[in-house]
Amino acid sequence: MIPTPTVDWLALAPTLSLLAASGIALLGSVLTPAWMRRWFAPLVAFAGFITAGVFAAVVFDESAQARSLIAESFTRDRLGALAAVIIAGAGALTVLLAWGDSRRDHVGEYYALLAAAGGGMVFFVTSTNLMTLFLGLEWFSIALYVLCAMDTHREASLEAGLKYLIVGAFGSSVLLFGSALVYGATGEIGFSAIADAGAGDDVLLLAGLAMLIAGLGFKASAAPFHMWTPDVYQGAPTSVTAFMSAATKVAALVVMLRVLVVAFPEQSDLWTVTVAVIAVASLAVGNFAALVQRDVKRLLAYSSVSHAGFMLIAVAANSELGGKALLYYLIPYGAMSIGSFAVVAARERELEAPVTLENLGGLGWERPFLGAAMWVFMLGFMGMPLTGGLIGKLYVFAAAYEAGWWWLIIAGVIATAISLYYYLGVVRALYLRPAAELRPAVAGGSPPLDPLLHVTVLVSVVVTIGSFFFVQPLIDLAGDAVASLPF
Amino acid sequence: MTTALILLPLAAALAVWLLPLPGRAAGTLALLAGLAEVVLWVVALTQFDFDAGLQLRDEHSWFSDLGVSYDVGFYGFSLFLAGLTVVVCTVAIAYALWAGRDRGRAYHGLLLFLTGSIVGVFTAQDLLLFYVFFEAMLIPIYVLIGVWGGPRRVRATATFVIYTMAGSLLMLAAIIVLGLSQDTFSLIDSGTSSNDWVFLGFLVAFAVKAPIFPFHGWLVDAYRESPPEVAAILSGVVSKAAVYGLLRIVIAKFPEPVQEYQSTILAFATVGLVYASILAFRAPDIRSVTAYSSMAQMSLITMGLFSLNELGVDGAIVQSLAHGLVSASLFLLAGMVELRTGSSAFAGLGGMARGRPLLATLLMTTGIIALAVPGSVAFAGEFLILAGLYGVGWGWSVVGAAAIVLAAMYMLRLISAVLHAARGRDVAEGAPDVRPFELAIVVPLVTLLLVLSAWPAAISERSFPSQLGNEAAEATP
Repeated sequence: MIPTPTVDWLALAPTLSLLAASGIALLGSVLTPAWMRRWFAPLVAFAGFITAGVFAAVVFDESAQARSLIAESFTRDRLGALAAVIIAGAGALTVLLAWGDSRRDHVGEYYALLAAAGGGMVFFVTSTNLMTLFLGLEWFSIALYVLCAMDTHREASLEAGLKYLIVGAFGSSVLLFGSALVYGATGEIGFSAIADAGAGDDVLLLAGLAMLIAGLGFKASAAPFHMWTPDVYQGAPTSVTAFMSAATKVAALVVMLRVLVVAFPEQSDLWTVTVAVIAVASLAVGNFAALVQRDVKRLLAYSSVSHAGFMLIAVAANSELGGKALLYYLIPYGAMSIGSFAVVAARERELEAPVTLENLGGLGWERPFLGAAMWVFMLGFMGMPLTGGLIGKLYVFAAAYEAGWWWLIIAGVIATAISLYYYLGVVRALYLRPAAELRPAVAGGSPPLDPLLHVTVLVSVVVTIGSFFFVQPLIDLAGDAVASLPF
Repeated sequence: MTTALILLPLAAALAVWLLPLPGRAAGTLALLAGLAEVVLWVVALTQFDFDAGLQLRDEHSWFSDLGVSYDVGFYGFSLFLAGLTVVVCTVAIAYALWAGRDRGRAYHGLLLFLTGSIVGVFTAQDLLLFYVFFEAMLIPIYVLIGVWGGPRRVRATATFVIYTMAGSLLMLAAIIVLGLSQDTFSLIDSGTSSNDWVFLGFLVAFAVKAPIFPFHGWLVDAYRESPPEVAAILSGVVSKAAVYGLLRIVIAKFPEPVQEYQSTILAFATVGLVYASILAFRAPDIRSVTAYSSMAQMSLITMGLFSLNELGVDGAIVQSLAHGLVSASLFLLAGMVELRTGSSAFAGLGGMARGRPLLATLLMTTGIIALAVPGSVAFAGEFLILAGLYGVGWGWSVVGAAAIVLAAMYMLRLISAVLHAARGRDVAEGAPDVRPFELAIVVPLVTLLLVLSAWPAAISERSFPSQLGNEAAEATP
């Protein structure tokens, strides 16, 4: 009888269900008859994301005490579980959004890769040593590289995939190199072991720390590591962009918070300043660059850079309030991102052309539901009332205030003021254009209404607005999640 | 009760947006909701005890770790401001129904949404909740001007939004600092602060909203390009959000900075008063005159508030109500003139009194009250303000009194340019007099003005229960 290690299957269940969904979807595209393929793979992927979300919720419920698993390679705690729930939710919405894509081939592969990317992220957010961190990062990144290049008939999509591959690989290698330096300095790869090693201000360790931040900054698309973001967001299939803007950001920021807080408490004076500077850079780059964009996907890409800035303010606060702010912010932000890209996707399908501010004109009157929803998302990005965006910003600023970073509040307020111009630009395109400029759908009539896409948009609106009214329960969840970190 | 006053228009707005009614029916539904709102306010008025402080309070925790709650209630003065809101907004909805706006469902829903958020502003007893309602007002206004406004509406909305949002974001930063330093966002539980920067953040936000010189750049474009009923709400009611904010937050929470900056604020307000009055005298059309006169009146009200004594603050509230009703009537009358002539420029107007007795009577009555003829409610308000200012320094009240003369000049110019002189080139011979429906829209406003003129003490004696020493009284030296 060979002794086997006990495996905490429940902790692995979210990851495993997504992996299973990925496998079944892939096999299904080979084994099922042609008429089933259009809906078999998405159905399986959707079920996978829902199952993962449910399992993650159970893990959240049953993991009041964080528990380290399998030689401290990953952890079962509420932080990871909450992030997994958000990622799974984003994934499920993405499947609904992608369902109506006029994809003829690679249907199985598309959903298999989507589920695999989700599984990678769910694993990534629970990693507690540098090895699993890198493993998780590469796992979901490779899936995303392929997803970006999925529309092989579009040059932009191939370009996006290639760009993401090259820049992403560079980011990953920076992260890997940083991990090696940290290991060299401390002889440890577990996060808490690195902290316990007490390497102090060892130059190797600090260089490694900087490279870890840079590597994760690439994934979170924080400036100055954001260069790939606009091109990739613009070129990738819109559903993939939606997933990346919501889920990748959740994964990267949650992991950044975990690594910095758990592994580098001694160096917090240094990394808080670094993260704060990156935050301000992201706010500046994201907002100024977004001002001149005409392509809506590019505009939203820069907007996601600026929101990375806001969320990094919460990380820089290095406090429980900051952690709560980050986790709360991610919920409405994820919904707004997916929702706004879903509206873009709907318009794209009508026009069969890239969506610009010009050809968004009149959408608000032509498609009242999508228009009003887009308006809600823009209000949310601006941080206006009746959306969770306002409360998210409030918490971020509160965390900055508590940490004494008053200049981050000023930067955030100025950034918000600048952002009004382009977010209102979208609203202006939707509603304020003179009647003569309104361009109805392309000749030949609009495509049939896509109910699943509308479900995505509706759920996103509900989350965006609901997170404004039900702050207390969400903040309690965020607080429970952050309690697993040693502040 | 208070919550019902806020929710009724918001719920009605949702109903108007979602129910598939034709435009007219949607407008009628909105008007019914507005009338119901007025009835509800009257009920609140009957339940209100003017000898006590905060009443009809409704409080629920919203998120406790930062100490934010949903907390609404009325003071005497805020109940009056809310009353002004429901009356003016209902009248505006009726006017929109009469004028027949395109896309009626969207339009009337937005008007109702605006009504609910303004009532919310006047009831909020929590800083963040106040901000929420304050910003929520902006959402419908942006679209109301941007979509249904005049030819230069895009520019007007852009200027308006840039000014007000710059102010609002300063206020957000100030709210965060004030709320977190006090450990609560409640306006009732929090103490006072002496932080100059936070004080200035609030002050600038409200100065933009009022507007007070030199933050008035958005004013004329916004008032001239909006549909008349939106201009009526903007100048009549939305500007009063600044009055409420100055009184409830700036004066109540920052006693020391207020003392310190009193002369500066009074100086800016005085400059604005004289400057706007002169501009009003030179302005080329009804809308611009009303816009600048609105700015002048808001400057005067601000002077009353920052006299920091009971007389001045009472006068500011009376004057707020008077000005709200007057400018709403003037904008609606301007709209009626525009409907008949296609323009509100004085160059093309004139001689409209002949054969149009109702229009002449209404415009004359409103104009006379606006120029604060003795016996009118505006006179009562201005007299109290000037008396209050006299307590601060006689110089302020001299300039204030001079402004009343200027008001007479621009108002009489407006009246005579529209009603008297020879028939203008834009005035068709057969242009009809005020129709019964229009009469039903404006007469309630004018009647209220006359009632208040007869009994201004109804307001001035009930706004602040002196024996209880509420925030405004506490702040006075």
